Amino acid sequence: MSEAQETQTAVMEAALQEDVILRAENITKVFPGTVALDQVTFNVYTGKVNVLVGENGAGKSTLMKILAGVEQPTRGRVLLDGKEIRLRSPLDAVRYGIGIIYQELNLCPNLSVVDNIFLARELAQRGVIDKKAEKQQARELVRRLEQNIDPDALVSDLRIGQQQIVEIAKALAQDVRILIMDEPTSALSAAEVEVLFRVIRELKAHGVSIIYISHKLEELLQIGDYITVLRDGHLVAHEPTDGIDVPWIIERMVGRNPAALFTRKDHKIGDVLLRVEDLTLPRHGGGYLLDHVSFELRAGEILGFYGLMGAGRSDLVDCLAGARPEASGRLFLNGQEVKGKSVAERIAAGFVLVPEDRQRDGLVPTLSVAHNMLLASLNKYMNKLFLQKKKEQQAVDKLISDLSIRVANPQQTITSLSGGNQQKVVVAKGLLTEPRVLMLDEPTRGIDVGAKSEIFEIMSRLALQGYGVLFISSELKEILAMSDRILVMSKGAITGEFTREEASEEKLVAASAVGHGPANSGNHNNGRKNQNGRS
Amino acid sequence: MDAAKATPIKRSRRITKTDIQQFLLRGRAFIALILVVVVFTSLSPQFLNAENLVIMSKHVATNALLAIGMTFVILTGGIDLSVGSIVGLTAMIAGGLINEGIRIDALGVIVYPHTWTIIVISLIAGTLMGAISGIVITRFNVAPFIATLGMLYVARGFAGLRNNGYTFPNIIGRPEFGNTGFERLGAGDFLGINYSIWIMAIFAVIAWFVTTRLPFGRHVYAIGGNERSAELSGVRINTTKTIVYMISGFCSAMVGLIIASQLVAAHPATGETFELNAIAAVVLGGTSLAGGRGSVGGTLIGAFVIGVLGDGLVMLGVSSFWQKVIKGAVIVLAVIIDQVQARMQERIALQQQQEQM
Repeated sequence: MSEAQETQTAVMEAALQEDVILRAENITKVFPGTVALDQVTFNVYTGKVNVLVGENGAGKSTLMKILAGVEQPTRGRVLLDGKEIRLRSPLDAVRYGIGIIYQELNLCPNLSVVDNIFLARELAQRGVIDKKAEKQQARELVRRLEQNIDPDALVSDLRIGQQQIVEIAKALAQDVRILIMDEPTSALSAAEVEVLFRVIRELKAHGVSIIYISHKLEELLQIGDYITVLRDGHLVAHEPTDGIDVPWIIERMVGRNPAALFTRKDHKIGDVLLRVEDLTLPRHGGGYLLDHVSFELRAGEILGFYGLMGAGRSDLVDCLAGARPEASGRLFLNGQEVKGKSVAERIAAGFVLVPEDRQRDGLVPTLSVAHNMLLASLNKYMNKLFLQKKKEQQAVDKLISDLSIRVANPQQTITSLSGGNQQKVVVAKGLLTEPRVLMLDEPTRGIDVGAKSEIFEIMSRLALQGYGVLFISSELKEILAMSDRILVMSKGAITGEFTREEASEEKLVAASAVGHGPANSGNHNNGRKNQNGRS
Repeated sequence: MDAAKATPIKRSRRITKTDIQQFLLRGRAFIALILVVVVFTSLSPQFLNAENLVIMSKHVATNALLAIGMTFVILTGGIDLSVGSIVGLTAMIAGGLINEGIRIDALGVIVYPHTWTIIVISLIAGTLMGAISGIVITRFNVAPFIATLGMLYVARGFAGLRNNGYTFPNIIGRPEFGNTGFERLGAGDFLGINYSIWIMAIFAVIAWFVTTRLPFGRHVYAIGGNERSAELSGVRINTTKTIVYMISGFCSAMVGLIIASQLVAAHPATGETFELNAIAAVVLGGTSLAGGRGSVGGTLIGAFVIGVLGDGLVMLGVSSFWQKVIKGAVIVLAVIIDQVQARMQERIALQQQQEQM
């Protein structure tokens, strides 16, 4: 604790310097049952990128919400230019020039890009919206972000990555002095991240102060000037980023050695468990989302799927899970053809999917932890007519301890859990169906380092138990560390296969770009279109 | 650099089958209206004569007015079940003021307000009832369905209490009190078109302007689409929502006045089940009950479809029971088509995304 106190004192002294624009001083925030922030002081330096890191539940988001006026601190104060300010609502924050890009996409899907960018800040002339001016500015903002998005397009019609760009454009439209970015890159491609970074540097040059939160640690070091680490609601470090490396951050974040992040036990790979032949998913209006995909998965094997967004990886597991009845192709499980096409039949056959969007597809937010877990396998706990409470209870308790889900009481609502623990509940729900093929679609997205490591451990253990694991990830390091074999997809087809030994970051990236580059675009209308967009 | 023009997202392409499908589905309410008109004209020659059209428009006007107010509410994802009762209560307020005036016991006098004053008082009363619903919904966090269901009973109850369940008959005022002329609201016309139709048209234009051109209208859509996002963007959720119920209350009061004036009497049961017709018109017009999607123009067409369907079936002598069956089927069918269109749109969007990548 003394180390933390020293940091605290150092931060206090730093604040006396003139270049601190915004300062959260001794902030304490108490929620019923927990202290989210305990006496945290956070300095935002003028025209710098101030990085904030910590595991989920460390208090980053709470601190940001306080600075954005969404939450009020229990104790402590916020100083802007050395003067105390009160932020009672998001509107107050906007008035002081504090903008925020939220972690969850906060857009109105039913409105157009322009309408979203100017929501609650409409450009109006004598009370009437000036659509022309709005569209003009929106177009400029989008161009500044080097994107090709129609300002009149509905947000619901955009890809997630594009939606995130809109979210960023929305913040830029506000002419802010301080811009908070909470995981702005979680849905962006590498090229889009580059553009974002360029915009951030440009903003810095204009004197805008950035607060940047991300789980991608390399990214933080690349863009950050100052780094602040929170752990369990306490401030543990506050330093300039020069001379800091990833292990240093992880150590501060989790308080232990980062080498243990990827826990991969050696496991024996068995016989072919699943054979997929010519799996094809037509795209409406021609072409394929999945173009005659065939592969094999062995028992006890972790098969990684790498690819860019939209490469068809999620479509593939959706098909296997039975969520796309229009797909064609043949599946053989242990040599026997799987006939059923519906989700229920596929679950019965032994397929289970842990979906990419945990909040939307994986959980019922109004139900408790226990009920979420049991949802997919209720018929196992039936006694002719009734659900047997005791049997349910046993199953739930067993999985909570097996997966070490941190929960005070299984009757607790699912939303009160941290992201990592929610993800474990989704995995538990899948395991309760007694599957043979477990499909994990981006299982570590948006969860903290500690929880990631636990998810990897679970994966590894399941492989050891003879499950076949399909593991989709966009994080190269993860996929390289965890997979026994890696398939790379691009444009609906498998474009590369690598064993654990042959795989490297370069090879995966190269295979994932097949069909995207100019050299291959000759016969692809799509490829040409893309080039236009970038030029 | 003319990048925006150089990278057109909507490429010009040949009209495909999907385009035609899309067009038909988008304009379905309008197509339905044309279909209904054509069918009835062929079955009954006098259907399309001017006199009949005016009568039908008059019938449509009241429902359309309620539906315009309802559109605002439903766009935010709410619902207003109290409109019919507010119609009844404001009719009784207006009728009472004309026939009985305001008794001021302290001075021992009865004040008979001018007709215009009465109209204004009634409109304010209706708006206030909407405001109460809005406040109950926003400040006390009551579901709109429940809050307005409560208002449905309360307002209807007060409508009965006002005159012990009796009608205020013959509400034409008396010249010596200076409160005559109320009946002109329902019977009068301008350029040969009934006032109620003008009022509907004016309200519709204003509502269209508000929903498409004012920040308020955009906030209404935003709340219906993603309330949290709207809140975090700085939209004043509670105020906006309350205003929406006030608009609905105001429209209901207007309808109460028109009907009382047309009948030259105020009956406490005026407007019973009107809320259902209004909701039906909104939904038929393509507004999603989940909020965020829809338009005033659609609502107007929806109101016309329901009105024309009703009057046409009456003219053909179809039994009132069958009328209900047909109306119900049409409403459900409309929503089914709505779903089909939404799915199709999603598919097209997906396709465009793929093309862009």
